[in-house]
This record gives sequence, C-alpha cells and structure tokens, in this order.
Amino acid sequence: MTGSDEWRRLHPLTPIVRGGRATIGLAVILLPSALAGRHGRGSLIEIGVVAVLLVLGFVRWLVTRWKVDGDDLRIESGLIRRRSVRFPLSQVQAVDVVRPGLARLFRVAELRLRLGGSTGGSARLAYLAEREVEPLRARFLELAAGTGPAPAAVGEERVLSVVPTGRLIGSILISDVGVAAETVVLALVVVAVVSPAAAVGAISGGAFAIVSALTLVWRRFNQEYRLTVVDHSDGLILRGGLIALTSETIRPGRVQAVRMVEPVLWRRLGWCRLEVDVAGRQRSEGEGSAQRKPLRAVLPVGSHAVAEELLDHLVPDRPRQQSKPPGRARWKSPLRYRMLAWGRTDTCVGTTSGRLRRVTSFVPLEKAQSVRRVQGPVQRRLGLASVYVDTVGRRVHAAIRDREADEAEGALEDLAVLARAARRAA
Amino acid sequence: MAETWHHPSSRLLTLRRIEVGAVALALAIAAVAALTASTLGLALGGAALVVGAASEWFVRRRFHAWGYAEREDDLLIRRGVMFSRLSVVPYGRMQFVDVTAGPLERAFGLATVRLHTAAAATDARIPGLERNEAARLRDLLAERGEAQAAGI
Repeated sequence: MTGSDEWRRLHPLTPIVRGGRATIGLAVILLPSALAGRHGRGSLIEIGVVAVLLVLGFVRWLVTRWKVDGDDLRIESGLIRRRSVRFPLSQVQAVDVVRPGLARLFRVAELRLRLGGSTGGSARLAYLAEREVEPLRARFLELAAGTGPAPAAVGEERVLSVVPTGRLIGSILISDVGVAAETVVLALVVVAVVSPAAAVGAISGGAFAIVSALTLVWRRFNQEYRLTVVDHSDGLILRGGLIALTSETIRPGRVQAVRMVEPVLWRRLGWCRLEVDVAGRQRSEGEGSAQRKPLRAVLPVGSHAVAEELLDHLVPDRPRQQSKPPGRARWKSPLRYRMLAWGRTDTCVGTTSGRLRRVTSFVPLEKAQSVRRVQGPVQRRLGLASVYVDTVGRRVHAAIRDREADEAEGALEDLAVLARAARRAA
Repeated sequence: MAETWHHPSSRLLTLRRIEVGAVALALAIAAVAALTASTLGLALGGAALVVGAASEWFVRRRFHAWGYAEREDDLLIRRGVMFSRLSVVPYGRMQFVDVTAGPLERAFGLATVRLHTAAAATDARIPGLERNEAARLRDLLAERGEAQAAGI
C-alpha cells in the first residue's frame, strides 16, 4: 500500500483558532485599555492571563503531531500524558471539512474523519492549511476505499440540489424549532406591551429559554445555508454553511438509513426534509440521550421531486408502494393510524409513521443489525404485532407498526432472510 | 419455524421466586410491625402476601416465556408475557458477547449472556443459563460471529 509519511504538525495558527471565541472576547476586552494606554494593575493581570493561555495553546500545538502510516492515521498529542491514537482508515465512514468563521479568516480548516464501530470515535485534524485539506481529503478517501492511488483525474461533479435561501428561511420559520422560538418571542412582546414592569422580570427569567431557542434556530440556519449536494465519484458531497463552512462526503454504501420528514405545516406547501444517518458520530458511553445531535440534513427543505432524485442516489432500490395496516390498528394508534404504512423490496425496507408530521424511513437491509417482533397487550387483543428493524443509527429505525400478527410473523422471517442475502451480496 | 428452543435453567425460576417471596414477606412483616399488629397493619400485611403470591404466578409465566434457539445464521431470542418479543440477531452482526453473573446468580451457579450489536436498540440477553451452558453459548457465538462477520 502507500508508504508512511514523516511526522507532521498542524498549522501554526491552530492555538489562535482553537481559542476561537475566547480570542475574540479577549481582543475586545484588551483593545480599549491597550489603546487608551493605561498601565494599571488590571491590564497587567489581563496581559498575564493572555500570555499564559497563548503559551499553553502553543505547547499543545508543539506536542501534537500526525502522520499517515500505511493504512492508519496516527495522531500523537499531550505533553504530560502522552496520547497516541491510531485510526484505521479502512473504517472511515465519512470525511468532513469544517471551517468555522475564525478559521476562514486565517485560511485554515479542520479535517474530521468519522469512524464506524460502536465506540464511534472520530479523528480530528484541527487545523490544517486550506490548500492542504483537499488533497488530503481525497487521499483519505482513497485509502478508505482501499483502491490505492486513484487516477489523478478529478471525478466529475454534478450538482444535485441547492437550497434557496428564501425557502430555507421560510421553512425554518414554520418548522417545530422555529415555531417554538417565535412563540417565546411573541409571548415576551405581549407581556412587554401589557405590563412593561413585568417584562423585565420575564426576560431575565426566560433568558435561558430565549437564548437556547434562538441558538437552535441560528445553528440550523448557519449550517444549512445554501446547502449543496454534489454527486461525485467519491460519493455524495454536502457543502454549505453561512459562517462556518462544512463539506461532508458520504461514501456510497455507508448510508445506514434515510428518512424523509414532512412537518404538518410544510405538507400543504409540498415541502419535505431529507436526513441521512451515517455510522460514527454515535453517542459514546456515558453520554445521555440529551447529547444526541440532530441528524444531518441532505435536503433541509425541498420539493418531493428533488427529494425523490436524492433518494435515488441514496437508496436506489427502495419500495415505491407501501401498504396500510388493518383498520382495527386505529384502536391501538389513533393518532398515528393515518400515517402508518410499510413496504419492502429485496434489499430495502421503507416505513411511514408519525403523529403530526409524517416520517418515512428507508433502511437498506444490508445495514440491518437485528430484527425484532414485539406484541403488547393491546396488540394481542386486536391480533396485531409490530416488527422493528434495528440499525446502527441513533434515531432512524424502520418500525413496521401494528400489522396483522401473521403478516408480522412472516415479515420477521422474510426480513431476516433478505437481510442475510443482502449482507452476503454487499 | 422448526427450530429447537432452549430455555433458561429451572434454577432461575427458583431464584426469581425466592426474590419475590423474600420481598413480599419482608413487606408483610414490616407492615405488621410498624402498625403494631393493628387491624390496618394485618390487612396491609395480608395484602402484601396476596400480591406476592400473584407475583409468584407472574414470575412463573415470565420464566416460561424466555427461550432461545440457535439457527444456522442467526440466534432467536424470545421473552416477555405482557409484551412478547422475538429478536433475530444474525451472528455476523455481533460485536461482542458478555457473560455476567451477579452475587445471587453466582450462588445458584447461573450466568447471563448478553449479545451486543452495533445497534443500541438490539436488546438481546438470556438470563439464568447454567454456567457451562453460558460458556458453551459464548464460545459458539464468538466462533460463528467470527466466521460470518460483516462490516458495518
């Protein structure tokens, strides 16, 4: 395979970019006093703190080095507790390039390799010079695919979808997060108009709620701004972002599950959202469910036609037809009943569920980890049962709810057999 | 499906019954003692015993619901009375198998075998296996897992 490299360091500006917001904050605090030319005791302490932080950051940069060693990426770090980590590149699920605002200013970028496995670690190279990143990303993907040095010709690119900004803003305004944020703001405005005295208390009391709601909305907008999906020989590439630019590559055959979400307010407009679940970046041991990050949107908002086209790339052999459960399932799931349906092909299972919003999940059977049949007391009385196809993903499961007990029994057996065949073929 | 189902050791039932019985008895004694053998105390104590007896019956049914079957490519595990579950776990998807035994289980010479796949939702465990059966199952699963391992 490819030989080993020399040990290399990260970009020298790393400590400053890593300091990120702290650096900006310090500059804001320090500049006025520095400009005013005051030489009080306070500014001495401030300068001391900055110096210590800079030295610490510098030492951290100095002791961190990395190299590509055969099929592995090795990263060593730590001054006192030396850490040496070896990441097998053959297990890479996706390669991301992340460029926060400050990093863009200094023309550096972070390379993040997401690895599979239940530990789901990720290797981060933060930060590298911008011009280094692209060749390195291509090289990692080559090594991950195990094809050796690929032909120099860059694979052709085809833009599949771009999200228009106006539609993104509109969709966020009427999404669940957006509506929650608007409600909070509206409630505050109403309180302020009715009794200005109470408003101060309400704002200080609800500061946390306001900030977190706005942060969520902002984060979503920032991340999904002008999100572009490109069809490339390495896989699907997602690019986008307003201040922090990200570029993610999803390798073919690494998609664990795809889901299409249609919130209740979007459905009238014919909009939907497409999210993929890729192995890696799983919650690690001890992390609560609160730590779960939202899924990566391939299509933050778009029409069904665009969604279908993207689905053709992600899960080509998906079921087009889904069948509804028997009418008596209405007693078991009165709210979900309208949405429930499922269908399968020989290599993929698709399910639809949801109470207010409609969620359609597709799971390639070669990715199924286990299959379960569950029958609760109400279901037993009605002669129904549910079948679940478990995946590595955190949120997306194919749940075939409330089917005839016999059908569920058959589906369990069929899916187990088909999943085995799909695994062999993969 | 024509596979042979294995069941946990009958000692598991004994263990579970002792657990439930001990708790019910302790509650009954506590109720009688705390209310100094008044009518209320006796009634509560009696209720605890009745609930305990009902639980004995339930524990028995639950015990009989447990089962597992080794097939060529996957392991079937069934469990549960109220919520009956049947899981199909392919050997190739197993990431690791662990065998645990708590103090009570150890006293009865039992162990629990748990299968882990990459999916968190897979809930595949078999309690109350005799120790050598647990070891046999563990080795068998490890061996077949190795032979059929599939990438994520």
